[in-house]
Amino acid sequence: MAVIWVIAEPNGDGTLARISAEAATLARGLAEASGGSATGLAVAADAKGIAAELAAYLPKVIAVSDAGASGHSWAAVAAERAASVIGEGSDAVVLIGAGPDGRDVAGALSALTGLGVLANATEVSWSDDGPTAETAAFGGKLLTTSQFVGGSGIVTVRPNTTEAATATTAGAVEEIKADAEPVLPRVRIVEQVAEAGAAAPIEEARVIVSGGRGVGGPEGFALVEEIASVLGGAVGATRAAVDSGWIPYAQQIGQTGKIVKPELYLALGISGAIQHKVGMQTAGTIVAVNRDPDAPIAEFADLLVVGDLFEVGPALVTALRARAG
Amino acid sequence: MHIVVLTKPVPDPVAAAERLGPDNRLDRAASPAVVNGNDEYALEAALKLVDALGGEVSLLTMAPAGGTDTMRKALAMGAARGVIVTDEVLAGSDTWSTTQVLAAALGQLTFDLVLAGVDTSDGVGGVVPAGIAALLRLPYLGNAAKIEPDPDSGTVRVRRLTTSGYDLLEAPMPALVVCTQALGEPRYPSLKGIMAARSKEIVTRSLADIGLDASAIGGASALTVVKATKRPPAREATKVVRGTPDEGAAAIVELLAARKVI
Ligand SMILES: Cc1cc2nc3c(=O)[nH]c(=O)nc-3n(C[C@H](O)[C@H](O)[C@H](O)COP(=O)(O)OP(=O)(O)OC[C@H]3O[C@@H](n4cnc5c(N)ncnc54)[C@H](O)[C@@H]3O)c2cc1C
Ligand SMILES: Nc1ncnc2c1ncn2[C@@H]1O[C@H](COP(=O)(O)O)[C@@H](O)[C@H]1O
Repeated sequence: MAVIWVIAEPNGDGTLARISAEAATLARGLAEASGGSATGLAVAADAKGIAAELAAYLPKVIAVSDAGASGHSWAAVAAERAASVIGEGSDAVVLIGAGPDGRDVAGALSALTGLGVLANATEVSWSDDGPTAETAAFGGKLLTTSQFVGGSGIVTVRPNTTEAATATTAGAVEEIKADAEPVLPRVRIVEQVAEAGAAAPIEEARVIVSGGRGVGGPEGFALVEEIASVLGGAVGATRAAVDSGWIPYAQQIGQTGKIVKPELYLALGISGAIQHKVGMQTAGTIVAVNRDPDAPIAEFADLLVVGDLFEVGPALVTALRARAG
Repeated sequence: MHIVVLTKPVPDPVAAAERLGPDNRLDRAASPAVVNGNDEYALEAALKLVDALGGEVSLLTMAPAGGTDTMRKALAMGAARGVIVTDEVLAGSDTWSTTQVLAAALGQLTFDLVLAGVDTSDGVGGVVPAGIAALLRLPYLGNAAKIEPDPDSGTVRVRRLTTSGYDLLEAPMPALVVCTQALGEPRYPSLKGIMAARSKEIVTRSLADIGLDASAIGGASALTVVKATKRPPAREATKVVRGTPDEGAAAIVELLAARKVI
């Protein structure tokens, strides 16, 4: 019987990341479908707190406290402790987020355990051969359905794959002290720096309002932000806007930025270059405001409003506010 | 300062001419290749470091035999030499095999730093570098926006981007660093660089050369299998609205309401 593991990823403040709550909800579903069990795994300097949070979603969570997890880069510590709990060459299925931390853990865990990796799943189901993951390749131009040879392995899961839902009863937390000598080098954190303007991760947003070169400058992004706030969404950008220093790199969408799949993607002053398109083309609804009716985005948007974003944008804010009453 | 940059040839995302083989895996020989975009940022970062500190940049690639052509493009940017691991059994490798191969090949090289890209535009796994670091027991510094090696103390400091800002990490070298675009725009190869690249050394290694057993690695040993592929459903035709700003805004509101976004 398969054990579906979920590795708890911490937010900056040590609380449970939303992606892990989603992965845990997914794991519960897979355990039910497979007749197996779903177990959480939390690694932190003091793992009780985050383990208890994860236990809201799973029948059982193992909390591995390792003093070295504080003051050191988390992923290597977590991967190593997870490898010893899960075991080498085991028949486990491991779910973890597809963000930077999750990828780092998945890569190291694969190397330590010999488990394969299916990356960036947008959907995971169960079949007789184990988990089946849907992923997109070549920037969304191709959708693939993949499995593990032998049925066990590590799946990195994209945000918004599952809606997080707690279990009817909270699970049990089992505590383990990690005292085995670490084999992976631990990388010291000299300093943690918070930067102004750091926004919520755009990968998780339901609505993204993005600005490109057409926004013209940081002042123009004030309009983008206003529209985003009226829609309850996050702000994204093209590389042209990021390279111009108008908005942080964390907000960049595309080939070398984030890949997002919001319900609504509103593109302002964005031409829709292929490197930007690969980051957002799977959005539910794509709306573009562009002066140029022949911009490439005209080929894949649901709605193109031909016009000046500095005229259409304020009109949109007024219309949305009027509608909200 | 000796830096090895991991560069992967990927099908050109702009040409969009990827070909699949009968096993649903990319037919790399038939798809026009470029250097993976994210690896160019890593290469640029490496070149800047040796420009400032002295030393040499070399490239390591696992690719089919045709990989030399793509590697010349990276050599033209300024890397000194390259190693390509190529072997028939490697076609269809998964990330686990790729990790084993690159780690074994790195084991035969000397370096202060290994730089890699955040992910590849074809597979978008982003898991290979962390696996290599784990196998080689190298300090792993991911998501780097700034890399500052200190040859005197033999340590490297890296700004690792986080959701709220960055962590300043420090580790002894040799170490493996994963590079983001925040490190700066890749240079264009100069004509001189392109000419010089033609005569730069590219060493080809087989699995046996790097001490790996061909029966336990590569496509036949892949731990994952692609069962089916399909094209995403075509989007509906674009509705184009011209008119006053108010009419444009009204069209947006109408669509969002119809789709229950608002
Ligand atoms: C290796 C590589 C990786 C890349 N990765 C990325 C990536 O991750 N993300 C990314 O976004 N790009 C990426 N790019 C860059 C990409 O090729 C484009 O250059 C970029 O996306 C263009 O950004 P843009 O649409 O903002 O600017 P432009 O292409 O300049 O488009 C601006 C648009 O705004 C319109 N406009 C101007 N003024 C107004 C106005 N007042 N009202 C309405 N419309 C107006 C114009 O008609 C135009 O269509 C990458 C490129 C390379 C080579
Ligand atoms: N076949 C390969 N040859 C050289 N480097 C690679 C190869 N595959 C992956 N890499 C490196 O690992 C990074 C992440 O790749 P991936 O995990 O496959 O998305 C890439 O940006 C490269 O730097």
